[in-house]
Amino acid sequence: MDILLQQLINGLVLGSVYALIAMGYTMVYGILQLINFTHGEVLMVGAMISLLVVNALQSSLPALPPAGLILIALAASVPVCMALSALIERVAYRPLRNAPRLAPLITAIGLSITLQTLAMIFFSPNPMVFPDLLPTTPIQIGGAFLAPKQLFIFVVSLALMMALMFMVQRSPLGRSMRAVAENPQMALLMGIDPNRIVAITFMLGAALAAVAGLALAMNYNIVHFTMGFIPGLKAFTAAVLGGIGNLPGAVVGGLLLGMIESLGAGYIGDLTGGFLGSHYQDVFAFAVLILVLVIRPSGLLGERVADRP
Amino acid sequence: MSAATLLRVQHACKRFGGLVAVDDVSLAVKTGSITGLIGPNGAGKTTLFNLITGLIPPDSGTFHLHEKRYDPTSVHNVARAGICRTFQNIRLFSDMTALENVMVGRHMRTQSLHTGVMGAILRTRGFRAAERHIRERAQALLDYVGLSNLATHRSKSLSYGDQRRLEIARALATDPKLLALDEPAAGMNATEKNTLRDLLLRIRADGTTILIIEHDVKLIMGLCDAVTVLDHGQVIAQGLPQDIQRHPAVLEAYLGHGHTHV
Amino acid sequence: MTALASQPRHKALWAVLLIGCVLLVLPFAAGLLGNAWVRILAFALLYVMLALGLNIVVGYAGLLDLGYVAFYAVGAYVYALLSSPHLLEQFPLLAATFPQGFHLPIWILIPLCAACAALFGVLLGFPVLRLRGDYLAIVTLGFGEIIRIFMNNLNAPINLTNGPQGITGIAPLEVMGHPLSQPLDMGIFKLSTLELHYFLFLALTLLVLLISLRLQDSRIGRAWMAIREDETAAKAMGIPTRNVKLIAFAMGASFGGVAGAMFSAFQGFVSPESFGLMESIVLVAMVVLGGMGNVWGVVLGAVLLYAIPEALRHLARPIQLQLLGEEWIAPEALRMLLFGLSMVLIMLLRPRGILSPRTPSP
Repeated sequence: MDILLQQLINGLVLGSVYALIAMGYTMVYGILQLINFTHGEVLMVGAMISLLVVNALQSSLPALPPAGLILIALAASVPVCMALSALIERVAYRPLRNAPRLAPLITAIGLSITLQTLAMIFFSPNPMVFPDLLPTTPIQIGGAFLAPKQLFIFVVSLALMMALMFMVQRSPLGRSMRAVAENPQMALLMGIDPNRIVAITFMLGAALAAVAGLALAMNYNIVHFTMGFIPGLKAFTAAVLGGIGNLPGAVVGGLLLGMIESLGAGYIGDLTGGFLGSHYQDVFAFAVLILVLVIRPSGLLGERVADRP
Repeated sequence: MSAATLLRVQHACKRFGGLVAVDDVSLAVKTGSITGLIGPNGAGKTTLFNLITGLIPPDSGTFHLHEKRYDPTSVHNVARAGICRTFQNIRLFSDMTALENVMVGRHMRTQSLHTGVMGAILRTRGFRAAERHIRERAQALLDYVGLSNLATHRSKSLSYGDQRRLEIARALATDPKLLALDEPAAGMNATEKNTLRDLLLRIRADGTTILIIEHDVKLIMGLCDAVTVLDHGQVIAQGLPQDIQRHPAVLEAYLGHGHTHV
Repeated sequence: MTALASQPRHKALWAVLLIGCVLLVLPFAAGLLGNAWVRILAFALLYVMLALGLNIVVGYAGLLDLGYVAFYAVGAYVYALLSSPHLLEQFPLLAATFPQGFHLPIWILIPLCAACAALFGVLLGFPVLRLRGDYLAIVTLGFGEIIRIFMNNLNAPINLTNGPQGITGIAPLEVMGHPLSQPLDMGIFKLSTLELHYFLFLALTLLVLLISLRLQDSRIGRAWMAIREDETAAKAMGIPTRNVKLIAFAMGASFGGVAGAMFSAFQGFVSPESFGLMESIVLVAMVVLGGMGNVWGVVLGAVLLYAIPEALRHLARPIQLQLLGEEWIAPEALRMLLFGLSMVLIMLLRPRGILSPRTPSP
């Protein structure tokens, strides 16, 4: 029972990060029918910048409280990620709006490789340690332990997700985004500039990715130039699981995937009589993806994608 | 045989959420005829067409070809049963040549061991003979529709009118029992429409039954042996063109909506 | 046919002869610069084979497969398992039945590897048949990763693949009784092992090229392309799209399997490291960059995206030392950087690929 609770906690925390990343994917796909392969790298850049800031601040302002460190780190990484994402959209995706569908995929992959390599060159080819910012004494819940940083990650992620969903549903900007996602030509006729909305969509996703990058760095205490790739892939899985283009779907998908992965990793030994071990954890995400797409391609909450001619 | 019914649709229904697109529609197409399907915009013609040709699954209804029931839920099965269609917004294989487009139409009628993968790789005599046959038949069809010289042109480079004719040639390549045409005259000028009319009459004379959706009422009246009129998903009139023209419900459906076509 | 054949016949013939001579002489010329360069040529051929296989799936049928490396891995491991002592060491029963080892002749072994890969191709194909473009990409990517993870972990409780350590001691290819690990003395001149492998790979690549061209210009080729252009219209013409797609997967996979077997035999050793996601991505890039569906474009793409970065990797250090006095960027990093950037630039400049998608046959 304790294991179950622990795995659930871990799963929810991990899932909330997946959800944050998934939201970025799902918004872009809903509007452009494009899998933004560079999203994971934007996350990685966010984490790198957070690390730079934290290291700089911890040596120059040791008395700064954790909240301050985190805020300043985000104040640096979020704008950079937003700018990077907008740049990517402008330079690599927009010129190819009318090109064959595979073309932007290739540029995305190429950019992904380029960004990773640049990070490797300019930051470091080796994993770097991300220091603990919050106190490390775990809170005990039943037989399981919850680290303060886990609680922090979960709460912040949840708050951001709610904020974004609220914004998309209620605000004028959100309405514009939904309009462009459904019918870009009609939105244009209504006086909405689709290009501007697309750029904003990318930037919103990037902001969330920056936070997710910090979250992952805090959770695993490691920052590495490849750290964006696998979480990015899994987050896309989560977005599909929940229904691509569907924002609440991304949240549900992310949380669900986190829990499936966590529970799976914890129990797989028992389930398969010792045949498969927990290093098959990554397989879970893919297995889930394949099952969902084969059995229910529109995802759990249904997809919301415009028909592209 | 010529009086026999080729296509029989009974009580077809389709709704999309709250909208009833096709409401208990029954329709019979006589073998060897050209049957028209008309109605104002939003009448449900295209939906009915898509039900018949397998693009959309019906909610209910039975579909018979030569009094034999066919399954309207699988596009490729419908094609194999003998109904081949063209598309309102022209769906050619753009990067393939005109000839290749028509050759694809011969695919399902040329099944044998020779034409499979091994035959292709080994270039067996059987394969080469089959390929030659496909190519000749395709060229003949291009000649038939008047596109002989455009065989090696990429289909996307063809003019609009030529693309429509190519689509018809491709559909004919499947040796259909029923040729289903979805607004083949859309966007054509008067001369092109006359050429199309002559082509369709020739196709009928050569033994293929035609079901045609069209907005150009004049074209339909001058071409069809029987016409069905839909409005709001229901059949409001069925019969000979001259009767339809005078039918009060039809007049109301068209003129009442302020909708006239020259 | 191709641009080549539209010219006067004798011109085309001269061009073919010229290219033929260059291909025959190439390994010897490269050998003058060092063995590393002959290896690059041999590997370039393997990549061409792989790219041509992927071209059937992506280029002809338009199915975006981002996990193609899985078939490469299957071919490589099947060859490895049947040509090395590993299985015999793990399973005493097999050792008792085959005390001298399996010793399958090349004309059974290679088709067997191709067949196993094709089987995986069909297994992968089944669940993804109904998926549309981007989803297909992600699922195939997932499959590729799953295969790699299994290869990496199937060493307990039964040791099938020997996990991350891979399988060593793979016997070399034997062509007409002559093992390719030994140089061939032909009296007039001697062919080194690298050169022997090059020529075998060249022969296989030409075979794969021929098969690709023949498939392109056939009923099944047209069916694939119809599906790529407009799947609904293809179905409406009676094409059994499910089966046709499965055939694409199987054929493409079989080429990958053959290349995998060659890789295994060449290296003498295989491990899961060689079959990562990056390989699949590189292959897709080769096909798309070169000009999807255009066989010559794919060959060009494979050569460009393999040979040039590899050459760069060897030259990066000396060039930087010459120009800058010291090494600013590690060769591997430079290679990846240029690889990524060239993908972006080529796609922006020529979204349809360097060579236009196949010139249709008259």
